[in-house]
Amino acid sequence: MYQGIIMSGFGGQGIISGGIMLAYAGMIEGKNVTFFPAYGAEMRGGTANCSVVVSSDPVASPVVGSPDSLLIMNEPSLARFEDSLKPDGLMIINSSLVNSRSTRTDITAIEIPVSDLAEEVGNIKTANMVILGAYAKKTGAVSIDALKNSIAKVYLRASESMVELNKKAIDKGAEAVS
Amino acid sequence: MAERTLMKGNEAVAEGAVRAGCRFFAGYPITPQNEIPEYMSWRLPEEGGTFIQAESEVAAINMLFGASSVGTRVMTSSSSPGISLKQEGISYCATAELPIFYTNVVRGGPGLGNIAPSQGDYFQATRGGGHGDYRVIVFAPKTVEEMANFPRICYELAFKYRIPTMVLADGILGQMMEPVTFDFDPIDPSVFKTPDWALRGSKPEERRVIKSYDLRPGKMEQWNFRLEKKYDEIREKEPRYEAVNIDDADIILTGYGTAARVCESVMALGRKDGLKIGYVRPITLWPFPKSIFKELGEKVEKFFVVEMSLGQYIEDVKLSLNGKSEIYLHKRPAGGIPTGEEVLELTRKILSGDKLKLVA
Repeated sequence: MYQGIIMSGFGGQGIISGGIMLAYAGMIEGKNVTFFPAYGAEMRGGTANCSVVVSSDPVASPVVGSPDSLLIMNEPSLARFEDSLKPDGLMIINSSLVNSRSTRTDITAIEIPVSDLAEEVGNIKTANMVILGAYAKKTGAVSIDALKNSIAKVYLRASESMVELNKKAIDKGAEAVS
Repeated sequence: MAERTLMKGNEAVAEGAVRAGCRFFAGYPITPQNEIPEYMSWRLPEEGGTFIQAESEVAAINMLFGASSVGTRVMTSSSSPGISLKQEGISYCATAELPIFYTNVVRGGPGLGNIAPSQGDYFQATRGGGHGDYRVIVFAPKTVEEMANFPRICYELAFKYRIPTMVLADGILGQMMEPVTFDFDPIDPSVFKTPDWALRGSKPEERRVIKSYDLRPGKMEQWNFRLEKKYDEIREKEPRYEAVNIDDADIILTGYGTAARVCESVMALGRKDGLKIGYVRPITLWPFPKSIFKELGEKVEKFFVVEMSLGQYIEDVKLSLNGKSEIYLHKRPAGGIPTGEEVLELTRKILSGDKLKLVA
């Protein structure tokens, strides 16, 4: 299996840490993984995106040009990456913040109110976990358990209650696509 | 041994150096290698080492000259324009035979260029870099795990031969995260014997001098011949490479670092379709592993070079093959990253007789 994923949104939405979590989850399941951030003059409130590859074979390039899956957390990300998605690819859109809809007819687009669901869980900062939960459930590229087990490994200073909250957010996202 | 962990390339090479006994780092920020000094700024004090953010690249490399003169394992890092600034100091370290270690996380050039991944500094790295007749040992990792494990080998060779050593990476290898397992336990530098050339302050024993020149008539020529002897020994003993599926190959794909990853995966993909693709990559760029190319040139008709520069690496492939085989080149400079799809497509074309990419 090979999944090239682009996760994109505002700086501060946990795009980079979410991408690292996805890669970490793949790693503890014994897969080949890479994580590659858009780097340089990034800032909070600006755009942030990263590429993650989860694969059964060694990964050639960590740069994902044509993703198999797109995790779209804000409006500008849809316009920027929509065309790059592979035919038959999967797009998960945070409909809480994205008003536009994908015009592609050759892909699967799932709209989930990711930010609203995160607030329901108890903290809007868990929106990245919600969309990862939905992605994991939908594709099986990584398991829900592996995601949950990665939280404390990536967020090294997270308290036990924060870890629990993030686990709930992952479940919330998974439920949204069940 | 350490557990498997997910690390960024820049942090991996820094941690690898610390575990290999590095206790002094001086550097100056530049993207895409900033995580190296950032990491060292908290990690070295933990081990009782010293981190200095210098006022410039020139200051940083000269701080290394000093710290290395007393036998300490030292490191600096930068990216292309910053490494250019350090070249004068590297040249001085080379002639004074100081075992410094440094990393170039190459970005697009020339000039300021951009912050994207590139392999445009191949000539600079493998031909010495600064002024004068000298070489440095150059390791080219292709994974974050190699970024983590190569510093130990670099220090061992640096001290064995008294020569500067470097890791030549690029923006991808510096910025990406991958699983890492260290292949060695952390080394406490107190186990190292102080080298017999290291300065010790004003002790009354025999006088030791670290210097970069000898102005007496004819002496500088002798000095250079002495250095050459060492370089010849390194050329003979230290080339390292990886070669896969070479026995039945109709074509050899070759590249180093990030480009090697692409070559390797194209080989695997092509083999599934019955294409007889072999793959060779140098692990040391200097000394260049000439012998494997020489040997393969006797039996393989086509070589396909992939590099993220305008035909630099290919020069060493050409010199090694010495006109024996057809050489094809695919080049993607200053932020262009070859994809598996495009390299596989080109490989198919070359195998079917297309000469479009033929350069020699």
